[in-house]
Amino acid sequence: MCCLCATVGRGDIILGNMVVEAEFLKSIPYFAGLSPVELDAVARRILEREVKRGEIILFEGEPARELYFVASGVVKVFKTSPEGKEQILQLIRPGESFNDVPVFGGGLNLASAEAMAPGVLYGIRKSDLEIMLRDHHKLAQNVIQVLSQRIEHLVSLVEDLSFRHVTGRLARILLEYAGDKGGERRLLTQQDMAAMAGTAREMIGRSLKFLEEEGVVRLERHRIVIKDKKALKEIAGVAD
Amino acid sequence: MKMIEMPVIDQAKCNGCGLCLSVCSCQALVLVGNVVTAVETTDCGWCTLCEAVCPTGAIRCLYEVVIEE
Ligand code: SF4
Ligand code: SF4
Repeated sequence: MCCLCATVGRGDIILGNMVVEAEFLKSIPYFAGLSPVELDAVARRILEREVKRGEIILFEGEPARELYFVASGVVKVFKTSPEGKEQILQLIRPGESFNDVPVFGGGLNLASAEAMAPGVLYGIRKSDLEIMLRDHHKLAQNVIQVLSQRIEHLVSLVEDLSFRHVTGRLARILLEYAGDKGGERRLLTQQDMAAMAGTAREMIGRSLKFLEEEGVVRLERHRIVIKDKKALKEIAGVAD
Repeated sequence: MKMIEMPVIDQAKCNGCGLCLSVCSCQALVLVGNVVTAVETTDCGWCTLCEAVCPTGAIRCLYEVVIEE
């Protein structure tokens, strides 16, 4: 950067920044395959926003005004139940987007979003997106593709909506892994549990929390302690 | 001295992106060179966010399942 400053004029430095931005933009599924001119048009409409850890970016239920991409950091998309319990729907990493469905649908933010780490977001206003979609067909095609993937993901979540089923499957896994006394320690992660239960990791986190609140298990560092084996068996639907 | 269990990192899978460090609320993870290493500390409360956020599956927060006596 310094050598750039020393050798070229102001306009070129901005151009230099744009190249970096274009490289990043190209890696986002929405902008894959766009021509340099189109990418430039996108870059011009991007609003950069720095966020601090814990900063709320969007509130559920407010009008959806912007689509966001995470340039750096991590964003948590979550819903809050009437009892005030938080449910994480997704963690958004660099290159990924959030709030797209309500922005395209013209509705309200479906979930809230909070920065889990300091980072930079790229936002595009709904009105700007509409103009770009009208002018750039490739972009419109990409949007259709991204949104269909979203629908696929949502359908798989809907299949899991029966929270009771997931908790039941998790209970069975815990019983299977417990009490392996004497033998080799069998360790497993929440990711493993999710794969075994055929569900998303977020659902396992929720189910574990539920089991803890019900007093059936206790979560410790590195350990899941079964406090009430009988109740866990009932949840698992296995006979005593 | 008793070893403190920490998230397990598969350094061959780590791409050095640093996302795990950015979500960790304690100083349990450090980048050494271009890979992450876990430093033994009881400050790590096993929130498992590092595992959740890792794009390459390099971090594993393992649980042992035990029945209370
Ligand atoms: S998030 Fe995963 S890949 Fe990135 S630095 Fe941490 S361990 Fe490595
Ligand atoms: S489990 Fe939580 S506290 Fe422990 S290292 Fe991972 S992110 Fe940090």
